[in-house]
Amino acid sequence: MIEFVHPALLFILGAVPIPFLKGSIRKTYLVLIPALAIAAVLAMEPGSYGAGRFIGQEILFAKVDKLSIVFATVFTIMALIGMVYALHLSQAGQHVAAFVYVGSALGVVFAGDYLTLYLFWEGMAFASAYLVFAQGGERAIRAAFRYLMVHLTGGVALLGGIVLHGLAAGSLLFGPIGGGALAGTMDTGGYLILAGFLLNAAVPPLNAWLTDAYPEATVTGAVFMSAFTTKTAVYVLARAFPGTELLVWLGAVMALYGVIYAVLENDCRRLLAYHIVSQVGYMVAGIGIGTEMAVNGATSHAFAHILYKALLFMGAGAVIEVTGRRKLTELGGLYKTMPLTVALYMVGAFAISAFPFFSGFVTKSMVIAAAGQDHRALVVLALTMASSGTFLHTGLKLPYYMFFGTDRKLEAREPPRNMLVAMGIAAVFCIVIGVFPEPLYALLPYPVAFEPYTGVHVTESLGLLMFTALGFVLFLKALDPENTISIDTDWFYRKGARAFLWLAEKPLARYEKAVSNVSDTLALPLLHGTARAGLRVDLNGVDAAVNGFARAILVGGGALRRLQTGVVTHYALAMIAGVIAAIAVFAVVWQ
Amino acid sequence: MIKRLVDFFGDEGYARSRRRLFYIVLALIVVADFLVPREHAEYLWDRLPGWSAVYGFGSCLLLIFVSKFLGHQGGLMRREDYYD
Repeated sequence: MIEFVHPALLFILGAVPIPFLKGSIRKTYLVLIPALAIAAVLAMEPGSYGAGRFIGQEILFAKVDKLSIVFATVFTIMALIGMVYALHLSQAGQHVAAFVYVGSALGVVFAGDYLTLYLFWEGMAFASAYLVFAQGGERAIRAAFRYLMVHLTGGVALLGGIVLHGLAAGSLLFGPIGGGALAGTMDTGGYLILAGFLLNAAVPPLNAWLTDAYPEATVTGAVFMSAFTTKTAVYVLARAFPGTELLVWLGAVMALYGVIYAVLENDCRRLLAYHIVSQVGYMVAGIGIGTEMAVNGATSHAFAHILYKALLFMGAGAVIEVTGRRKLTELGGLYKTMPLTVALYMVGAFAISAFPFFSGFVTKSMVIAAAGQDHRALVVLALTMASSGTFLHTGLKLPYYMFFGTDRKLEAREPPRNMLVAMGIAAVFCIVIGVFPEPLYALLPYPVAFEPYTGVHVTESLGLLMFTALGFVLFLKALDPENTISIDTDWFYRKGARAFLWLAEKPLARYEKAVSNVSDTLALPLLHGTARAGLRVDLNGVDAAVNGFARAILVGGGALRRLQTGVVTHYALAMIAGVIAAIAVFAVVWQ
Repeated sequence: MIKRLVDFFGDEGYARSRRRLFYIVLALIVVADFLVPREHAEYLWDRLPGWSAVYGFGSCLLLIFVSKFLGHQGGLMRREDYYD
């Protein structure tokens, strides 16, 4: 019996055969690998695997403990659900990218050292960017480039932090930095690492990449994206920065930030994306509080969040898939033709809103209760207010304008069966976790002494949620979606890039012209003279050799030109292939 | 069954019974909130029955109007071709 099979390798090496499989064999294979990965995670024992040395540093390919097992469990379950949802796709590229993306996320979750972590971190950025590129069209490709640029910048900050931290600490092993009792003593490297992590967790003002790119991704790609990038960031924060005071306040602000933007949003998946920001806020705050109960709360909330958020994205994706529309101002009246989608979506909506007997109820409340125990009244109030806003948007506004509301007489039907099955699996998890929280609580990193089902908790939650509904009913007109987009912090690089281009075109171009004028009148005659002398030498001796060389380059260039298709997705695919190759080499050499 | 449940929330014909059900549920929740035992009240509001209903309603209004204010007066909401 093999003690430990790295699920990341299962996905990443498992991605290689996908393009060569066809039809039902491919479909079986796409479901089989995540199923095997779930089995591998369930079978694994805590411990350290794949230790070695690289450029004089300790490398630990996989460190398994309770925290990593919780995240790996939900990641592999989510991979299975996501693959079922995407089964009808014929393009292999998206499946390959999804596999590499999931594999990289699992690689981060098990990484025992910063170099391994960094490698998989970047793998995630490239693979997930492909899921946006694959949507095609100018908007998606532009959004994907912005997404990639932001993540690469974050990656550079992370790498810089890793190098500085490694030099200062003398070890690259991945563990707690500076937080807790040592708060305030963190070095520059620690802050850079924190910045890299916060970027992936979409903490404002570093949140705009998420709400910019996710709604532009493919229907199935967005489901994967909603699950992995931010939650791996939550995991690494929980690992490295528990008890960091800054995170409490960032988390509380973030929870409200997402909710406020969600009021303004008209694009259905962008609204849901703002709720990722809001929900991750609970997790970030929980990690910042840092008590056992708070970290448990953050971890369990990440677990529940991945499943209900995926369900919500799958529901909105189903609507986009059958109607081709994404704006709330253009949707409405679909409940007659898509009742199953409505029902499944609402299960996710009740779960995210933390209704009793749905998953959010047993996880979100743990974070809020931990804040209460830690005597943080303001945080409790902020997070409770965000809960009200969550129900207002994902539970009331979005379904009302998408499925009910004005009947736009859209031609619609239920989505393909595999999509409904995937949504069904996620919905079952949302309810089962809510009704029987004990198995999830048993998985958590610390022992759980929290009872969600008390009389007060149930009536208070219902009061909060149903009176939010009353507000919605009374002020429905004020919530009517408007045909606008909202300015977020991406304004700085979307408009800022334009200012830079203007600078490049106007003043810099003028400067360059002035310089070239000088060279025309002064430098050129001198150069001409020298060149003529050189030509004489050249013609006689060097030419023959160069001609032969040039011909070789010409032929080679012709061959290369055929590789250069100019199709962005091909380049992205090549990048992913490169990442796979690098990881394969990595796995073989350092085992 | 699911279709009938969804239709109940969508069809215009059920509007009256829907509204009645909604207000009954609201009243029941407030009544229940007065009846449940409150053992360890950490904060002032933990001791107030009906607090969460008021807070939920208030939060909802606050979020709607603050956001819309920021969107319209604060200039966050722009035309869709703003970046083009």
